[in-house]
Amino acid sequence: MAVEIGGIGHSVGRKEDARFIRGRGNYVDDVKLPGMVYLDIVRSPYAHARILKIDASKALAIPGVLAVITGKDLVPLKLEWMPTLMGDKQMVLPTDTVMYQAQEVAAVVATERYIAADGVAAVEVEYEPLPVVVDPIKALLPDAPVIREDREQKNNHIWHWEVGDKSGTDKAFSASDVVVKQDIYIPRIVVASIETCGMVAKFDKVEGHLTVWMTTQAPHAIRTVIALVAGHLGLSEQKIRVISPDIGGGFGGKVPVYPGYVLAIGASVLTGLPVKWIEDRSENIQADSFARDYHITAELAAKKDGTMKALRVKTIADHGAFDAAANPSKFPAGLFGIVTGSYPFEKAFVEVDGVYTNKPPGGIAYRCSFRVTEAAFAIERLVDILALELKRDPADLRMQNFIPPQAFPYMSTLGWEYDSGNYAGALKLAMDKIGYAALRKEQAEKRSRGELMGIGISSFTEIVGAGPSKHFDILGIKMFDSAEIRVHPTGKAMVRLGVKSQGQGHETTFAQIVAEELGLPVGDIKVEEGDTDTAPYGLGTYASRSTPVAGAATAMAARKIREKGRLIAAHLLEASPDDIEWKDYKYQVKGVPAKSKTMAEVAFAAYTNHPQGMEAGLEAVDYYDPPNLTFPFGSYICVVDIDRGTGEVKVRRFYAVDDCGTIINPMIVEGQIHGGLTMGLAPALYEEISYDKDGNIQGGTFMDYLLPTSMETPSWETGKTTTPSPHHPIGAKGVGESATVGAPAAIANAVVDALAHLGVRHIDIPITPWKVQKILKEKGVAE
Amino acid sequence: MRIQLTINGESKEADVEPRLLLVHLIRENLLLTGTHIGCDTTSCGACTVLLDGRPVKSCTVFAVQANGRTVSTVEGLEQNGVLHAVQEGFTKEHGLQCGFCTPGMMMTSVALLERNAAPTELQIRQAISGNLCRCTGYVNIVKAIQYASTKMREAKAEKQPATAGRA
Repeated sequence: MAVEIGGIGHSVGRKEDARFIRGRGNYVDDVKLPGMVYLDIVRSPYAHARILKIDASKALAIPGVLAVITGKDLVPLKLEWMPTLMGDKQMVLPTDTVMYQAQEVAAVVATERYIAADGVAAVEVEYEPLPVVVDPIKALLPDAPVIREDREQKNNHIWHWEVGDKSGTDKAFSASDVVVKQDIYIPRIVVASIETCGMVAKFDKVEGHLTVWMTTQAPHAIRTVIALVAGHLGLSEQKIRVISPDIGGGFGGKVPVYPGYVLAIGASVLTGLPVKWIEDRSENIQADSFARDYHITAELAAKKDGTMKALRVKTIADHGAFDAAANPSKFPAGLFGIVTGSYPFEKAFVEVDGVYTNKPPGGIAYRCSFRVTEAAFAIERLVDILALELKRDPADLRMQNFIPPQAFPYMSTLGWEYDSGNYAGALKLAMDKIGYAALRKEQAEKRSRGELMGIGISSFTEIVGAGPSKHFDILGIKMFDSAEIRVHPTGKAMVRLGVKSQGQGHETTFAQIVAEELGLPVGDIKVEEGDTDTAPYGLGTYASRSTPVAGAATAMAARKIREKGRLIAAHLLEASPDDIEWKDYKYQVKGVPAKSKTMAEVAFAAYTNHPQGMEAGLEAVDYYDPPNLTFPFGSYICVVDIDRGTGEVKVRRFYAVDDCGTIINPMIVEGQIHGGLTMGLAPALYEEISYDKDGNIQGGTFMDYLLPTSMETPSWETGKTTTPSPHHPIGAKGVGESATVGAPAAIANAVVDALAHLGVRHIDIPITPWKVQKILKEKGVAE
Repeated sequence: MRIQLTINGESKEADVEPRLLLVHLIRENLLLTGTHIGCDTTSCGACTVLLDGRPVKSCTVFAVQANGRTVSTVEGLEQNGVLHAVQEGFTKEHGLQCGFCTPGMMMTSVALLERNAAPTELQIRQAISGNLCRCTGYVNIVKAIQYASTKMREAKAEKQPATAGRA
């Protein structure tokens, strides 16, 4: 851990900051090409309607409007539908029916941004409204209107997925002393990265070459998708270049392919001009992929002494009008099977049913691995409800049940092999740091005075780093990831990766891995991502997979270089390769520290004086297929105060202990946890996308979709334990999403804890002042 | 309409439609793309610039309203190769991640420190409450502004005795 090279474990300042603090980042909307035109989208005001007529004549009469594209125009190109990641299809533009409010209806191409918007306003569309269903439970009723008439199956059910031992679980429930059961709705939310989505598409008609600058977390997968979807139009993969420039936050929202991207590409192919499409915030909230929207019924069976025995979970998953969830192919409900959490259940059974409704498609993660927050929230809420039922302290009940450290690697009853963990250690640290016993005392005193204070715990286990190729693929492409390292003659290195940073600081952390492995100063290592013409193929950054997969590839590629370097060092030191060891960040003749060569010296020799018979140069590429997923974990404790007048919940303190294995850059890890906690606070107390019965969105702009500001966000307190992953080359597990997964349950548990003595067992998130005040009034304690 | 404004110390003229937003003048006409657009309801603050020294959300100001006035953007913060204390604070305290909200957040911070050299944490949080950040959770942004506040006051304190000495 040499400080001077900035290797693993050091809070090295971020390389990317230099441009960002000067306003010199290069985001998609900053790309400006000669002759570039603009695309804007006409969207449906109805949630379900037949399109009777689209009249573009007034729009086309506006000087500067070049084209209006409708679904019918896409039919000859076979582009009116596109495949989704989940084996369904999604409309690019409708030919006859719209299925959710804000769905794309037509595209206007114009010479200027404002004229394109004028064109959108001038397109006249006649609709015939159709019956709307926004509630997935009602959508399953026999008389519900069928949303997807294009399917052979004439109802709104999409798929059924289950895992676990059903009869064994039922038996365990029958034999148990105590059963707690809770309906939990985890509402629909959107990631709302501060940069919205967009693209600049440039098609060169002469060369047949398509270049796109795109807000994407997975540029290589996008290139392949374009080739597969539009190959019949002559777009060939070697002539497609996807550039993901600086990305202003992703959080899962920049994984999917949205119709706007396809339209921008189509418009460039049609016009031969570069086309820019940048969505507005309202479009981003109203039409882009949502997250969550799980209607969960969860049951936990236990013994009287608190020993947890079995878990049974049934979920209705609202997928909107198209099943466009961003999940690995074999996992329609993602990794929801992590719902057994940090506890050694003997039996569990989980079933999920996907349902169509007249709402936008999606099912992305909102800064978490596939459906992991839903799982963590359900189990951590249920454990607190069990504690209430048994009149036990929730910390004590967790301590009694945790999977013990010596049980790892631990095979969960639902089939995941947890790599490493020390759950009791993390909770104990959090309790010590926040002063748990004193807080309980304070709470008792306050309660006797009628004040409402609550303490909530969440001891979550995550599952990230997809993934082993035997189980994980997207559209058939296995979920490996890659790194390529080139060490130049002067001892400087270029690292290229198949993943793509959206603010996580890859340019710094991946350079630190190489610095640690090769003994080169971090400042001499350049990291580049996001250009499919130069970077090795990879599946991109989401689900906390960059460090577990591409980080591992980086270490492995560096080790290949180190091995070749050993042969060169032996040649330079006139020693047998067997006598050369890598020690103190350089090659040494065993037992003779004076006889040594640095990596820079070896690199120079690789190009100027390499051994005869060896290939010149010093570079390596690694495509890493992880043997297992990684399982970060943590224990969070939240303290809330509730205003008996307004019902407002104030998070007074929040202590987060995270364990993400080996930490590459403590500063960046802490920053990721701060951000994740804030995106955990958001759905717990503020954010929700809901719809009225006609399918009108409630909360479709930043005026009423409430992101936490600096005023609501508490001063997060953080601590750590370090339990390295045994199967990862540097022991790292990934950290970007842990806090988003763990925080909502801690906050909800704290609010319920504050009201538990009044008989409250559960409140669905977001826990708004209105909901709390209603409870306070019902219980007769409102001020 | 022809307008003239001073942006980051340089006088510029432009012929604009009356409806052109200041943020589009800055980004598209003057090619200063450090100022970003994050919403359409004046909520996120990514487009914050200083108009005659006061922070405004440039998505909600017409370009013509800047006629004859002075605009400062993120590109004008660094002077003669020396970072503004706020820029330094943001990188030293890890007050940014994806960098998209950062220019607006920094311009709001600069305006705060101009009118209040030693803000409390609450005053800082109030000042930036119109700037949304999705990555950082604000804790390190607060620290960044505190860093800048301390650095600017120290620089001022060093300068003053020296001036007094020469006099």
